[in-house]
Amino acid sequence: MRAADEAEAAVGRRVAAVWRIESARIVAALARDVGDVGLAEDLAQDAVLDALRQWPVDGVPSSPGAWLTAVAKRKAIDGWRRRERLDERYAAMAWDLESRVDDGVPWDPDTIDDDVLRLVFISCHPVLAPEAQVALTLRLIGGLTTEEIARAFLVPHSTIQQRIVRAKKTLRAAHVPFEVPERREYPERLSSVLGVLYLIFNEGYAASAGEDWMRPELSLEALRLARSLAALVPREAEVHGLVALFEFQASRFGARTTDTGDPILLPDQDRTLWDRTLIGRGSAALARQDALGRGRGFYGLQAGIAECHATAVRAEETDWERIALLYEALGRLAPSPIVDLNRAVAVSMAEGPAAALRIVDGLVASGRLAGYHLLPSVRGELLARLDRSDEARAELLEAARLTGNERERAVLLRKADALP
Amino acid sequence: MKYMLIMRSNDEAVEAYEEIPFEQIIEQMGRYNESLIEAGVMAAGEGLTDASEGVVVDFSSTPPTVTDGPYGETKELFNGFWILQVSSREEAIEWASRCPLGPGSKLEVRRVTELSDFPQDNEWIQKEAQWIADAERAKADE
Repeated sequence: MRAADEAEAAVGRRVAAVWRIESARIVAALARDVGDVGLAEDLAQDAVLDALRQWPVDGVPSSPGAWLTAVAKRKAIDGWRRRERLDERYAAMAWDLESRVDDGVPWDPDTIDDDVLRLVFISCHPVLAPEAQVALTLRLIGGLTTEEIARAFLVPHSTIQQRIVRAKKTLRAAHVPFEVPERREYPERLSSVLGVLYLIFNEGYAASAGEDWMRPELSLEALRLARSLAALVPREAEVHGLVALFEFQASRFGARTTDTGDPILLPDQDRTLWDRTLIGRGSAALARQDALGRGRGFYGLQAGIAECHATAVRAEETDWERIALLYEALGRLAPSPIVDLNRAVAVSMAEGPAAALRIVDGLVASGRLAGYHLLPSVRGELLARLDRSDEARAELLEAARLTGNERERAVLLRKADALP
Repeated sequence: MKYMLIMRSNDEAVEAYEEIPFEQIIEQMGRYNESLIEAGVMAAGEGLTDASEGVVVDFSSTPPTVTDGPYGETKELFNGFWILQVSSREEAIEWASRCPLGPGSKLEVRRVTELSDFPQDNEWIQKEAQWIADAERAKADE
């Protein structure tokens, strides 16, 4: 590679790093000034192209984020100037914005935080479909390129591009204002933001498509965004619960797969590979939630369960009694047969198989998990522990018939075969 | 990936710091740390007390010698570190260059090793895994 090309490539990487760090603030600051998130993002992208041309020649400015913002604002002004002959309104907008272009001045931390928060709420606005909220959040708040988002979700690049273009149009058509929701709708809107981050994290944690069992980069991005959000709204208890949940789950990434990519389940994981830094951060986040004195919600309760696993040095030391109680609380808050099934597993570890079987039989009678392979799988395990081998065998074979996963089927058949 | 930013300062930096009001240093560093937290990249970080409180254990001789700080010939002292969870080397460098430090101070940017950095077929890596498994089995049998 020629030296000039190499220098250009180095600047390209530098621009990418600056963009990742500053994009949310750049787009947020622009959105406040031009009043349109879609336009703000387009202007910021144009400014990045300018940076790629100019920085190799002029050097990288001392405050790169402010430079990009100022250039983008000038582009907005130029655009309006070209249209002012058609409409006087544009002249006024250009004049107004011109008075507020401040080249190279660092951010005012308080204003910019508010702007970023507005951007978060807009990206997760309820007028958008969940997949549009996810794409827009990763694009505007995470600063990911459409290629990166497409790769993370294993869909064609054009699909993500269209999704983002449509999302911007939807926001414009719905006249969604650039503001933090008012008190009345705040809890619901915040929970929609948390839901979007939860969706992103889980897509990476248990990939729903593709060959990999998980895609840690996507989950780590959700973790990063959740930590940012917690810094923006530190008084919101459930944000800390969400952060804690992500920290605990992410702490196990290094231990969840074999060298060949096969899943390793929790009891069999090498716990020395768990990331102690993240576990510590998870506990700290939960402590922050508890300190706010409003109790734990949907995410905080799940984080509490994850913490029980994360802080058990050996699988045998797991506090199953506590886990069973947390599942019970979770089941009351957000009733779900899956939660009940998980509670049954915890009860079987804490109190024994007979108590757990009563819960599972209740689930069978309700018919709510009909066709779900883990129901006969768990029931089979419990019956096996109660020495009811013939019934256990029938359940395990039924589970093997129902599962869609080949590896899991093999394990179930082996278990059935090993019964006395 | 994780990177460690390792802070080192020489006498010039230490003297310059003595000129600046302590409140101001705390505020600048606080703002920097806040920006790391807000960006969701801060994994860990600690500062160290004065080197005069430390000792150095030198392995040049057997047995190693223990000397009180601040370590004689040493020109640059290790004062603290950050561990950042970022997506690229450039991002780590970009964060490092924003740290409010002055002349005489340096930040070394080093990637933290991950399990995949070690050869999995290495005898000692495998042995270590075996030791851990044995120890856990022994504890379970108690």
